[in-house]
Amino acid sequence: MLFSPESNRRRFLTQVSSGIGYAALASLLTEQGHAAPSTEPVAVPGSLGKTHFPPKVKNVIYLFMAGGPSHVDLWDHKPRLKEMHGQDMPKSILGDQRVTLMTRNQGHFKTASTGYKWTKHGQSGLEVSEALPHLGKMADDLCLIRSIHSEPINHDPAVTFMQTGRPQPGLPCMGSWMSYGLGSVNKDLPAFTVMISGPMDQPIPSRYFHSGFLPSQHQGVQFLAGNDPVLYLSNPQGVSPETRGELVGGINELNRLRHGEVKDPEIEARIKSFELAFKMQSSVPELMDITKESAKTLELYGPEVKTPGSFARHCLLARRLVQRGTRFVQLFHRGWDQHGDVTGGVKRQAGATDQPAAALLQDLKNNGLLDETLVIWGGEFGRTAYGQGNLSGGFGRDHHPRCFSMWLAGGGVKKGTVIGKTDDFGYNVAERPVHVNDLHATILQLMGVDHKKLTFRFGGRDFRLTDVAGEVVKEALA
Amino acid sequence: MRSFLAGCLTLVCGSALFAEPGSAGTSRPKIDYSRDIKPILSNHCFACHGPDPKALKAGLRLDLPESAMKALASKGIAVVPGKPEKSELVARIRTADKGEIMPPPSHGKPLSAEQKDLLQAWIAAGAEYQSHWAFVKPVKGPLPATSNPAWAKGEIDAFILNRLDRAGIKPAGEADKQTLIRRVSLDLRGLPPTLQEVEQFLADKSPAAYEAMIDRMLASPRYGEKMAQLWLDLARFGDTSGYHYDSTRQMWMWRDYVINSFNTNKPFDRFTIEQLAGDLLPNPTTEQKIATGFNRNSRFNEEGGADPEEFVIRYNVDRTNTLGQTWLGLTLGCAECHTHKYDPISHKEYYQLFAFFAGIQEPMASGNHGASLPPLLKLPTPEQEKNIADAKAKKEKMLKDIATALAGAKYEEPKATEAKPPEPKDIVWVDDGLPKGAAAQGDGAAKWQFVSAIAKQGKMSVRRSGPGTHQDYFTGATEPLTVNNAKDILFGHVFLDPKDPPKTVMLQWNDGTWEHRAYWGEDKAFLVGSPDSVNHRKAGPLPKTGEWVRLEVTCEQVGLKPGAKINGLAFTQADGTVNYDAAGIRTTAADERYLTSLETWETKAKVDTKIPGDVQAAIKIEKAKRTPAHLKTIREHYLRFVYSGTRPTFEPLQKQLDEADKTITDTEKAIPYTLVTEEMPKARDSYILIRGDFLQKGEKVGRGVPAVFPPLKKSKHWLMSWKQPSRLDLAEWVASPEHPLTARVFVNRMWAQMFGTGIVKTLGDFGTQGEYPSHPELLDWLAADFVQTGWDVKKMFKKIALSNTYRQSSAFSGTTPDVDPNNRLLYRAPRFRISAEEVRDNALAISGLLSPKVGGPSVMPYQPGDFYKGRNENWAWSNATGEEQYRRGLYAFWRRTSLHPMFALFDAPSREECAAQRPRTNTPLQALVTLNDPTFVESARVFAQQILTKAPADTDARLTWAFRTAVTREPSPAERAALKKQLSTLLDRYKKDKKSAEAVVRVGQSPRPENLDMSEQAAWTGVCNVLLNLDETLTRE
Repeated sequence: MLFSPESNRRRFLTQVSSGIGYAALASLLTEQGHAAPSTEPVAVPGSLGKTHFPPKVKNVIYLFMAGGPSHVDLWDHKPRLKEMHGQDMPKSILGDQRVTLMTRNQGHFKTASTGYKWTKHGQSGLEVSEALPHLGKMADDLCLIRSIHSEPINHDPAVTFMQTGRPQPGLPCMGSWMSYGLGSVNKDLPAFTVMISGPMDQPIPSRYFHSGFLPSQHQGVQFLAGNDPVLYLSNPQGVSPETRGELVGGINELNRLRHGEVKDPEIEARIKSFELAFKMQSSVPELMDITKESAKTLELYGPEVKTPGSFARHCLLARRLVQRGTRFVQLFHRGWDQHGDVTGGVKRQAGATDQPAAALLQDLKNNGLLDETLVIWGGEFGRTAYGQGNLSGGFGRDHHPRCFSMWLAGGGVKKGTVIGKTDDFGYNVAERPVHVNDLHATILQLMGVDHKKLTFRFGGRDFRLTDVAGEVVKEALA
Repeated sequence: MRSFLAGCLTLVCGSALFAEPGSAGTSRPKIDYSRDIKPILSNHCFACHGPDPKALKAGLRLDLPESAMKALASKGIAVVPGKPEKSELVARIRTADKGEIMPPPSHGKPLSAEQKDLLQAWIAAGAEYQSHWAFVKPVKGPLPATSNPAWAKGEIDAFILNRLDRAGIKPAGEADKQTLIRRVSLDLRGLPPTLQEVEQFLADKSPAAYEAMIDRMLASPRYGEKMAQLWLDLARFGDTSGYHYDSTRQMWMWRDYVINSFNTNKPFDRFTIEQLAGDLLPNPTTEQKIATGFNRNSRFNEEGGADPEEFVIRYNVDRTNTLGQTWLGLTLGCAECHTHKYDPISHKEYYQLFAFFAGIQEPMASGNHGASLPPLLKLPTPEQEKNIADAKAKKEKMLKDIATALAGAKYEEPKATEAKPPEPKDIVWVDDGLPKGAAAQGDGAAKWQFVSAIAKQGKMSVRRSGPGTHQDYFTGATEPLTVNNAKDILFGHVFLDPKDPPKTVMLQWNDGTWEHRAYWGEDKAFLVGSPDSVNHRKAGPLPKTGEWVRLEVTCEQVGLKPGAKINGLAFTQADGTVNYDAAGIRTTAADERYLTSLETWETKAKVDTKIPGDVQAAIKIEKAKRTPAHLKTIREHYLRFVYSGTRPTFEPLQKQLDEADKTITDTEKAIPYTLVTEEMPKARDSYILIRGDFLQKGEKVGRGVPAVFPPLKKSKHWLMSWKQPSRLDLAEWVASPEHPLTARVFVNRMWAQMFGTGIVKTLGDFGTQGEYPSHPELLDWLAADFVQTGWDVKKMFKKIALSNTYRQSSAFSGTTPDVDPNNRLLYRAPRFRISAEEVRDNALAISGLLSPKVGGPSVMPYQPGDFYKGRNENWAWSNATGEEQYRRGLYAFWRRTSLHPMFALFDAPSREECAAQRPRTNTPLQALVTLNDPTFVESARVFAQQILTKAPADTDARLTWAFRTAVTREPSPAERAALKKQLSTLLDRYKKDKKSAEAVVRVGQSPRPENLDMSEQAAWTGVCNVLLNLDETLTRE
């Protein structure tokens, strides 16, 4: 158990304990640094000690499109929707599945056409909506899964499910599992970083990036656009970096004296924590400072990259983070909950995210990082093929966990591929269902982790990200 | 035998950690089923050979001797006592055949060689099974002999020393008095002792000094606060609903009930019953009703579209699991979806427990944020009660006065006049300048360029020229344009340059939003809004060039409703050169004839939805058919609210009446409430839910308790009408002296509070997967004693605190005994970091800022300003002011989905669900909190003030005073020298840099004596920052 101070101490002395790597990890950097893809399992500074398989990638950037992007307006072209526009959805398609109370009380389920044209891209011929011109150009790098399915039908449990593998709170999210199992190779930055952008729509509470029962150093650390890029990072007014350095020196000097008396190894751990905290005060601002990025790079991400807090800025920072060895970067972009005016809403959302997401892939490629990074794009569910509200007005679409689209890109991922198929309405999975647990198993596999073996004992049983299920989606692997 | 023993010690999770360490050459230690064997079987075998019938393989249950020792279908017998060579179990764990080996490799939990040896040795020794230790009622066993009866004079010490003796370890010496008082104070109050308390204790040389000090700590109101902290985690107490939008709720009266219960030392069985079922006690008191808030602490879903059926089940699942964790130390939640794989709790039994909560009345789910969550208990303060009574009396009086005035009022319908309704006319708003208060804005350097070369009216017009879409605009006009009718016309004049015409001209109006637009020409200006709707209205072709053209659009075309106030206007164009002038509204002034004529008013009132129903009904009746009552209703309404002749009479009366009403409503709204439990007349039906899915109902179940425990007593509380036991029966069953778990689980929590770790380390799991107790006989002794003393919590704490075990020094002796690297046998006192709330409370207490106030609504300590950004911008946080800012962490507002980051970083749970145990981490982000969080910076600043105003003037004496205030003991010469050096460096710096010094001493809200030298105080603030960040300050030693 990791709870008691005794075992913490011992763990610190015997291996490595913190989510923010310690200096002792320096030697591991060579094994985990920029190098050719491994053919053997590699040593990692997390609880696993060593990966189970040769890892294909070292880092993950997860572009979480919060609210539930409409797959039938973005990634899954269904001409049938146009033909049937305004007519009742066939009973055979609707089945007896649950719908939210929002449309249950509407009393009708009318097929609603997409407002977008579709284009085939690249050698793969991947069909993408015109709402995503930039990502369309990256089609040959994507592994698009059109048959993801989830269970909960409301945002809170659905995001929790996507993040932790269970709809109820209390479990660690994926980034926390990575931080716990694999640790961080960067001494001065958190292993699991979160950034939030997009219009106020659905809340993104801390729980979505919490470590659950894992020790709290594995919780996601949010980077902010304000004066304090990490909470409590800045010194108070009147305390210069020089003064702060002296004060931390003084704290540690007295702690060393106390250690000499009581010899508790936990004091040594505290000395390290303070040293690292002080280092973060310069490493984080350095990370957030994009003034040294070339004009060409900035141009790639579009004009919004100049706005702190924008999705474009966050994509650029994500690249800078993985470049520095951050294990798991999660960007939440809100505003995809189109209960009304799905066409206009998707256009606005795509407008803010399409170019930056494509730029991130290109930029990672330009820097030789795409081969060691896994990029994930997706939301907590998709949206219904039937309209919400009056089809003659600006209709919307309701929540739809039965099938939706996500994509993976990067090292170890099969490029220019489509996995799975939905029916003519984009309403049910027709071929090759991929459950959320399967997705998680696949992501862990790419990181070199056997999803069944990354476990933590809590409340009398061994928990894992994939609960009691999960099969690796082999078709997604290169 | 050496290798066998070494094996025991390498089992990290297994309870064999506490296997008796026999010294070399002695006989083999006795294998204990509960301690040594069951954990192995449970962890590696029970998943397929345990209690869950659905998962059962080969019909073999290894948890039951009768099954394990019975011939299987394959003819083999898994366990043949005394004959490992004939036991199939041994053969199958030892085989090299990958298809045969158990556990199968796919299970992912292979046995170690040592575990195999243990299982084999157990069978060889006769394969003795025992009931799981925790499911047998604890009794007081005989006290064991020890090597040092003088040291082991109490029961606790006898058990501890006996165990140390057997391991060959000696206990540590007693800690010094300063360490002891700080330890007791932190463990029982969560706060360090004050210097005064320390002096008092040090001065008391009597043998009873230590006991008297413990009594003082237990008598402090701070004790109840410390205990509440533990209970709040279990009870999943929070100030918000915990799902999705996470709206606020009031539960603080329940929190205060917990504090008071511990402070008054309410017997723990009583405390238990009141919380689970206080509402069902005969004639429950207000306090007992408040106590039932325990059940209502579960979360509440308010996400639009959530299924009420689903969530009402979730709430009761949460209650069932909380009952398990809090009182029974069982992970009941495992049986929500299937029969428990390790403990004897069947799927059905889970839902029988669940059924006890299915009668709780509550809203199921709501799409409304911040919906009321009845049943509520409203408890007005005496002041509120008086205010309401006074306002009601005033209301009565005003109604009487109004009636009197009405009786005396006179009205005569005026003769038909020539007065005609007013005509519409232009109100020009922008001409030769902007309206009052307008904030002029626009694209490019040249915004709002008024030129005099050309004008539609007045002297000037606004000229704008250039490529692309650009505009002049303003908002914030303090005399806005009012829309009176939907058909009012908004207008503006444009003159398009014939040589450089624009593609588009657009007018936009702001009434709080800019979503009111009309354009002429091509659709080339901003592509915002929806095509041809109020926010993107095509109003006509491009106007003629070379002349002034009046552009017009009705208010309804751009979505401006009667009553709208327009405070901003924009002139927008795509390309070209345009002059704009004379913009405004054509409207009809209000027709006021109704103020003097009842008949005119009637016409208007017929369609006015704001008029009370009875008045309107009367008006709608044909005049001839109206009764005198109708006429009175109409007349009185008119005189009282409309007629200008009587308004001077009624307006002041009405004003006072409205004030009284407002006082009543506002006061009632402000009455504090708390969520309570009430039983519905008929409970919801409960079913076994297949895989926990609310849509897959299995067998219908009644209320009951798991068969492994003592049965429910058939009491008078049974709900006779439907022949089911009540929640009160359940509560009495939990709090019964016969229950094997309740006393053990709580005593273990008290132990963990005093030693950092429980006798059972897994505080919330006493089942077979939990850790075996380090001192099982001691735990049983204490549990039995706890029940015998009438569940006396303070008495138990005192007993523990008085023991020699507790009073040992926590210093590491240098060599850690190999047999007990984690000090589970307690050969010294533990040393551990204090909790999140205590980290905060200690800084405030040391600095002298801490408020002594107990209870009341939750407060908002400093929280980083942008913490809610991105999470939910609608959540409000306003830093508390005055004393409320410096309350204990216990009182901090607990937003369950996004907990205040300081607490979250120091391992406090979100309390969305029951949290039986907190991790205890040590991270750089924590260091950043104690270095930079305003609470800690202000504490350092105020601590410095205390030093400069209260300590002796000499620097050495001041340093000693400060050091002792922080950590109770005196600094060593080396420590004092280090601090002195730091002080002097800081002093030099802040003497040179007065600006920084001032910034440091002005941090936070609390006042500072202006006579203090800023540089000196800033330097001392630095020293205090060091003291507040010491490992020792954050640690209970």
